[in-house]
This record gives sequence, C-alpha cells and structure tokens, in this order.
Amino acid sequence: MIKPEIYRSLGLSDQEYQKILKILGREPTSTELAMFSVEWSEHCGYPRSRNWLKLLPKKGKYQSLIGEDSGGIIVDDLAIIFKMESHNHPSQIEPKQGAATGVGGIIRDIFTAGARPIASLNSLRFGPLSEPYNRYLLGGVVDGIQFYGNCIGIPTVGGEIYFDESYSGNCLVNAMCIGVANKDKLARAVALGAGNSILYVGSSTGRDGIGGCSVLASHEFKKGEEKRPTVQIGDPFMEKCLVEATLEALATGYIVGIKDMGAAGLTCSVSEMASAGNCGVEIELQLVPRADANMEPWEVMMSESQERMLICARKGKEKEIQEIFLKWDLHAVVIGKVTDNGMVCVKDKGKIVAEVSAHSLTEAPVYDMPYEKPDYLDELNKLDVTKLYEPKDYNEVLLKLLNCPTICNKAWVYEQYDHMVQTNTIILPGMSAAVIRLKGTNKAIAATTDCNSRFCYLNPYRGAQMAVAEAARNLVCSGAEPAAVTDCLNFGNPEKPDRFWYFKNCVEGIADTCKFFNIPVISGNVSFYNESPKGAIYPTPTIGMIGIIEDTGKICRQHFKKESDVIILLGSLKQGLGGSEYLKEIHGLTRGDVPDLDLQLEQSVQAAVLQAIRKGLVNSAHDCSEGGLAVTIAEACITEENQMLGAVIKLDVLENFCLRMDEILFAEAPSRIVVSVNKDNLSALCEIAKKHSVGCQILGEVKGDRLIARYKEKTIIDLSLVKLSDSWRKAIPQRLAK
Amino acid sequence: MKFGVVVFPGSNCEEDCFYVIKEILAQPAERIWHKQTALDNFDCIVLPGGFSYGDYLRTGAIARFSPIMKPLVDFAHKGGIVIGICNGFQILLESGLLPGAMLRNKELHFICKYVHIKTENINTLFTNLCSSSQVLKIPIAHNEGNYYIDEQGLKSLEKNRQIVFRYCSPKGEINKEFNPNGAIANIAGIVNKEGNILGMMPHPERSSEIELGSEDGRLIFKSILKWTESK
Amino acid sequence: MIEAEIYITLKKTVADPQGLTVKHALESLGYKEAEQVRMGKLITIRLNLKNKEEAEGKIDEMCRKLLANPIIEDYSFNIRCLPTDLQ
Repeated sequence: MIKPEIYRSLGLSDQEYQKILKILGREPTSTELAMFSVEWSEHCGYPRSRNWLKLLPKKGKYQSLIGEDSGGIIVDDLAIIFKMESHNHPSQIEPKQGAATGVGGIIRDIFTAGARPIASLNSLRFGPLSEPYNRYLLGGVVDGIQFYGNCIGIPTVGGEIYFDESYSGNCLVNAMCIGVANKDKLARAVALGAGNSILYVGSSTGRDGIGGCSVLASHEFKKGEEKRPTVQIGDPFMEKCLVEATLEALATGYIVGIKDMGAAGLTCSVSEMASAGNCGVEIELQLVPRADANMEPWEVMMSESQERMLICARKGKEKEIQEIFLKWDLHAVVIGKVTDNGMVCVKDKGKIVAEVSAHSLTEAPVYDMPYEKPDYLDELNKLDVTKLYEPKDYNEVLLKLLNCPTICNKAWVYEQYDHMVQTNTIILPGMSAAVIRLKGTNKAIAATTDCNSRFCYLNPYRGAQMAVAEAARNLVCSGAEPAAVTDCLNFGNPEKPDRFWYFKNCVEGIADTCKFFNIPVISGNVSFYNESPKGAIYPTPTIGMIGIIEDTGKICRQHFKKESDVIILLGSLKQGLGGSEYLKEIHGLTRGDVPDLDLQLEQSVQAAVLQAIRKGLVNSAHDCSEGGLAVTIAEACITEENQMLGAVIKLDVLENFCLRMDEILFAEAPSRIVVSVNKDNLSALCEIAKKHSVGCQILGEVKGDRLIARYKEKTIIDLSLVKLSDSWRKAIPQRLAK
Repeated sequence: MKFGVVVFPGSNCEEDCFYVIKEILAQPAERIWHKQTALDNFDCIVLPGGFSYGDYLRTGAIARFSPIMKPLVDFAHKGGIVIGICNGFQILLESGLLPGAMLRNKELHFICKYVHIKTENINTLFTNLCSSSQVLKIPIAHNEGNYYIDEQGLKSLEKNRQIVFRYCSPKGEINKEFNPNGAIANIAGIVNKEGNILGMMPHPERSSEIELGSEDGRLIFKSILKWTESK
Repeated sequence: MIEAEIYITLKKTVADPQGLTVKHALESLGYKEAEQVRMGKLITIRLNLKNKEEAEGKIDEMCRKLLANPIIEDYSFNIRCLPTDLQ
C-alpha cells in the first residue's frame, strides 16, 4: 500500500494518484510511480501551461517545422533548427555546472534533430552586482557557459544580460542553440517499427541528478543549498564526440529515431519516443551501462546523468551504428526493442518492474489554473511625469545610464566565449543581433534574444508585445527579415492566481504580436516556480528570434562609420518614461505604464529600415530601447573601440513633440531606429520613409571626438568619447573588482 | 600542394582550417583521423585548434600519444611542414617538437578577441609574404596561451630567431598592455630551429576572409604555398 | 591493491596566478597569515599490484611520461597498500 506522503513527496496530488490507479487498474510499482511523477511534472508534461501555449501561431512566411524536441523553418534547401530552454534552478544552486549542463542540454536537442549546431545564445538575469552572491552567480554562470560552449566548438554569438532585484535568489539562465541541416536529412524523436532495436549511447548512468530537473523545476526555492547533490555535472568533451558520432550515424540512414535523455532521463526518452511513434518499447535495465553498481531500477529510470541519448535503429543494422560510436570511444548498447502493444515495459533481470501505456505517461492531466490581476498594479501604473524633478546635469545622467549593468557593454562576458569558431560569425557579439553566415550560400542568419521584464511586470500583455517587437527590430537593424521565434517563458508559481495572470497575459501578447508580424513560434519552454522567499521574479517571457539575411553583402552594424554622415531618427517620438531604465536608475522608481506600441507603425519602421539597408543606403542602424535615444546615439559613437566617432545632435527638431528634455532623451517608446547615411543618400532614405508613412527626423551629423547635443542655444550634453566609452566599458569589471 | 588536417577527438577547428585550404587557397586537403598510423604524400600537416581529449589533464598532453603522432614526428624530422594552431601549438609543445610549455592566461579567463601580432622574422617559410615588422590582425581564443620558457630557452629562441610573432598594439608597440595572456616576452608564435614547424596561438584560419573582419591570416597560408612552389 | 596519491604543482620558478588569486581572497576574508598559496592537482590511482617498489617505479614513470610536464611542473607521490575491505 503506497502512502500519500510518498506520492506527495514526488509532487503528485491525491487526484493524480487516483488517476494513476485507474489507468493501471492496480497499485503502481515504485518504478511506475516515479515515472508518472516526472512525466506529469510541469517540466515534462506542461499540465498547467499547455492550454495557453495552443494560442501561439505555428505558421509564417517560411515553412515551419515543429519537431518533438525542437522546431525550425525551411530556407531553400536548408532546415534551420533552433530552441531555447531554461536551466534556472540548477544554476542558482551551482552556477558553473548548472549553466554548463543547460548549454549541453539545448545542444543535444538540436543535433538529435539531425542538425549541426552552428551558434548558441543565452539570456541571463541576475540580482544586483552589489550583492556578493550575485557576483558569484554571474562569474559562475559565465564560466559554465564558456567551459561547455568553447570546448564543444559551437560559437556563443549573442544574448542579453539583465540585472534586477527580482532575480536575487532566483537567477535565470536561458540557453538557445541554432543548428542547420539539409531539409531532407532531419531526424525525429520517435520509436517505430516493432522489432527494431533500442540503443543506449553516451555516458554511463549514475546517481547524479536523480529527480534533479523535474523535481527542482516544480518547486519553489526555500533552502536551495540542501538540493546541491541533485545538480548534474557536464562533460563537453564527451558531448563533442557525441555530436560527431551522432551526425555520422544519422547519415547512414539506419536510425529511425533519436532522443536526448535530458530531464527525467530514460523515463522521458523511452515513453516519449514510444508515444510519438504510437508503439511500445521494452527495455532491460541490466543492459544499461552504469557508473554506480548498486542502483535501484527506479534510480536507473530517473537518473539525469548528462550526455546520454536513446536511438531507435533498424533491425539488423545495430552493428553499423555501434561501430561509428566505437570509433569515437562511446558506448552504444542495445537495451531493448520496439513492440506493437503501446506499452512501456521495463524489466530488471528479466522481471517486469514497470508496465504502463506510453500515452498515459505522456498525456499529463491538463489543468485550468485560476488567474487574477494583482491588486497593486493599477496604482503602480500611475505616473505623473510633471512631478519628477528634471535633472540639471544631463552629462551625469547619460554617464550613469551607460554605466548601469543592464545597459553597459558586456565584453567582460562575451570575450570569455569563443564566438568565432566555425568561422561564420560575421557580426560579432556586442551589437543588437549576431549574424552567422551560411557557408555555401549567399545568405546569413541573424539571431537575438530579448525581453524587458520590467515592462512585463508593469503590463504583461504589452511587455510581451514589446519583447517580440524589439527582437524583430534588432534583427532588422542588422539587415535581416524576422523569420521565427523560440520562447522561454519564465514565471513564478502558477498555482498563485496573480502569477498565472501574468503568464496568461504574456502568452497572449506574444501570440497576438507574432500573428500580426506573421512570425511563427516554432519551439519553446516553460519554467514556472521561479520564486525566492522574497517573491516571484519579474515575469520574463524571453523571445529568441532568428531572421534571414538574403545577401551577406548587405549587412548593417550599429556604430557610426564615417565623419559627416547624417544622423536620422526613423519613427516618431512619443511619451514613454514608464518602466524606463532612467526612471529606475535616476529616480529610483519602478512604475508607470509601458509605452504605447502601435504594431502597424512598428512594422512600417522595420520595413523602411530593411529596405534602406538592402538598397545599401544606410551606414549604421541602431534601435532605441533601454536608455532611450541618448543611449542609442552614444552607443553608435563608441561601440567600435578602435574606431569611435563623435556626433553633433540638434534637438530643436524635436520641439514639436511637446516633451520634456528627459523624455526626449531617455524615454523607451518603441518603433524608433537611429540610422546614419551618406549625405548623398539622404533624399533616397527620406523617400523610403515617406513611402512607408514613417517619420524621418534629421538629428545631426557624425563629427569629431565628442558627443554633443544642443537644444536651441543650450548645450544639453557634451562629453568626450573616451569618457563615454570608459563609463560603458568598465561598468562590469569595476563591479566585479569589489 | 597537399595539406593534411589532423582530427583528434575534441578538435574543433579542423573544419575551419579545411575550409580555408580548400575554398580560399583552392588547394587539395584531407582530414587525417588521429588513429591513423601513417602519413603519405603530404606537403603540410595542420594540427588544428580545439580541446583534444577535453584538455582534461593538460592541454595537448593526451593527444601527443595518439597513434598519428609517431608518423608526424618522423614527417617533421624529415623537414615536412607542420603548423600547429592554438591547441595544435600546445600539442607541439607537449610532444617536444617545439620548446617551452603553456600556462593558464594571467587573468585566469578564456579570451576570445581580435589581437595584433608583430611579425618578428619574415625569413621563415610561414612569413615570407609579410613585410618587415608587419602587424597582423588575428583573433585569439584560448584559456592556456601564457607561453613559458626558462631564461636560457628564451635566449636561445631569440638567438636563433625562432620567435616569429609577438603580441603588440595596433601600431606595433610591444608591451605589457598589449599582452593578452601574460606570455613571456609577448610570444604569440615560434618555429623550431630548422624552421619547418610553426606553433602559434592566434587563429589564421579565422582571419582569412575580409567578411570575418580580417584577411591577414591568409598571408601565413599563402607564404607556405609560395615557399613550396618555389622549391 | 595499491593506491597512489600524486601531487602535481607548478615549479617554484613559475608564476601561479591561480594561487595568487586565492591568496588575495583569503586575505580579504581576514586571513592575513596566509603567506603563500600554490595551487596544484591531486590524482589518485589504484594499481593492480602487490609490490610497493614496483608500484613506485610505475607511478614515477607515469608522472614523467604523461601526468606532469617537467618544463613547468613538479610532482611527488605517496603510495600505500589498501586494506582488503576497501578494495
């Protein structure tokens, strides 16, 4: 008789346990109970989010590929496969290994789809660097990403890092990987054809990470330290060999299906492969290579040892596959076979220890979670700009914003990542989007990750819209047309109605905006229970977006290129200090509503800039986001360290907009892009702007070695490039030196 | 001329080298699996960058015992051209084909970025197309590039003009500020006494096309070609 | 069964930035008495041998051949016979 304490400690509710009894018609064995608990957990089964995820569009301009563990789009003869996934809780406990195994896991999802990984990005969020533990987390997470990514030889080309109090006690590590395959050579995570063999490849199975991800991911943090033993250890060298061996083995055509053993290990891969193929699978646990001799059957089924995969191979061709893995000194052991009865049958020394229908494991119950708008929000959305004091010294304000960790230069981070291996990285990290060329074609992929979570906290629907719009705008600034999205939805405890209200509104915001832009969401991941004793993190629906560049000769970067180029603002100026970095850093306020987003205008601005870049009219393009117009122009001056160029800006042209100076300089209203053009191209650019009904304001020119902004006769900003650059470049090293 | 690119488990720049040789230099090239026990008909062998055997004991320490290393040493002793890049350089040091050893970078971080290196000797087969003291813009990407050799060894390197590249400023000044990893005497690349083996930490294969930000690295491959063709 | 514990350290003449960093960290925690810190590696190897001298010879050979790099590293080791219940 199984006591309630036991199944409850595994995260199963009383109703869920009753459901298991009904499915089996008997009491579950301990192995079966463990299998249900992980498969029905939020991490694997998405019981609380699945209903809402259906809203996300799956179709766009390019043909979409929706696979079992990843997705992608087809561009000519190529499949571009990508996905983003969270590894938040493991990273909070043991930052180096947590981040490393997060990177390793997402890479496996890409190459098990048959694609060669060509680039990684990551979206990281920490509490303020004034706290020692947050500094330790930043250092550890970056160390883990470089440890894994550099060794495996996949360039880490971009991403983002935010700092905010809400992440103290629960950092976010969202890792994204992009791969490329011939569109006819894709692999599926499926078991098919009774009699075919099931092979286990990769590392041995140990006790590490039992219940790790799935249990960790389904509970809030209370006392994290106690959970340290469940964190897995990554072995990038092993995985590098696995990548090569797997791609070589897939090329034989003898592999029917292949799946990573990630969260919930063998349980997840066996049951999901069987379920996807509408068949059964029978395995013998004694055949599983072990690192630890005395493991219980349920431990073998739950282990989250890294760098392991399951393969369904054509009967009679096992040897050919084994030889390839042997060449790379890797295990490849037949541990079972495909059956036609739809059951997952697990044997230990010939004795059945679990026998469950595959579908019953993978079809987790679906819950309609109650949601409610938090009562504090209406008050928080109120902001009377007229009551804010106006800064006297805008030089000081700009330097302070450039120095704030969310805005500043992140070279300390990305120079620790090998971002050039594979020799495809055309736009290196440090710009709004990374660009990776596709060898053998004239095309390139642009990639970015974005989410302003403070916006999502103040207005989840519009905040999520802004994340999608900004990601697209970043891609456009590099010369790419936005093509597809992967999302990583990080939220608090879904059982609390206010948290769930944020989740629902963010998903709706993403869905509506992606539909408007005709961009599909081809893969994604949900991470709930991101809470510390202080409360939930800011809702953080990270958007990973890729775009396609048709001609690698028509690529644009964010920094000014030539003296006397004209600086132009495309789009319009609007009120929008709500939720801004300026408000937080200078006035200490997190309030107001998120600036308005006119999707039609956003689309027009993007279309105009893309057209101008493709016609070769534009020398630089940089969108306005955190820190507003002033930060955008300053960054355009100083991004290229060996080639900094000043600017003289006349703000007079903006007087018709009836805004305060701090609103002009620091508002974070969307749909604005600052470009620089050769004087000769000015009229052609204005023509394009007019055609798209987009505002086109001449702000000034590229000139000298200072950034100067004047309003009528008054000098508002006058700073040397060296000073701007120091403030922006030294922000993180300064804080870590403490 | 025919190039061979050795692939160890954990190598990760072999395809980049292969691509430059085949597509940019338009020369024949073959991948050589590290378990091979013979090297036939090659003019130049490339030991590529990466993390052979995960760099788990010491960089390059395990790779030097791969079966391919025996014929490689024979090839080198007979005057065959060998170029070791990054991890390839580390393997050459561990195998004793080049003098010295690698320590961790002084800042204890992996560093990936464009740096400048000054050509200190243009009379080698790897640099004959460079102008005297030419500054090349080539990226580095390593955790252990802090080259070490004892005083006597350093003197001998200098006397025999074995130091080929040193880290420098964009203008060619050699000083501490422009030493990214702490390498002794700013050393970025050396040859053996006979001049047929080059080891260097910067990656010429990553800077052989202007699209990637620099084509200075191509000079090194082209020098090898010129030397071989003029023979 | 014999167990060897092998210690590999950087030669005294070679700078050790890792050790220096740890020393600074200790100092900032108030351990002013930490005069010098040197980092190294510990490798344990179990050998299927009974004779201690033979084991010493083998371990020394392993160190010279692979485990330590004589240009920058020193090594030392301890060898002990394992009681049967530990094997």
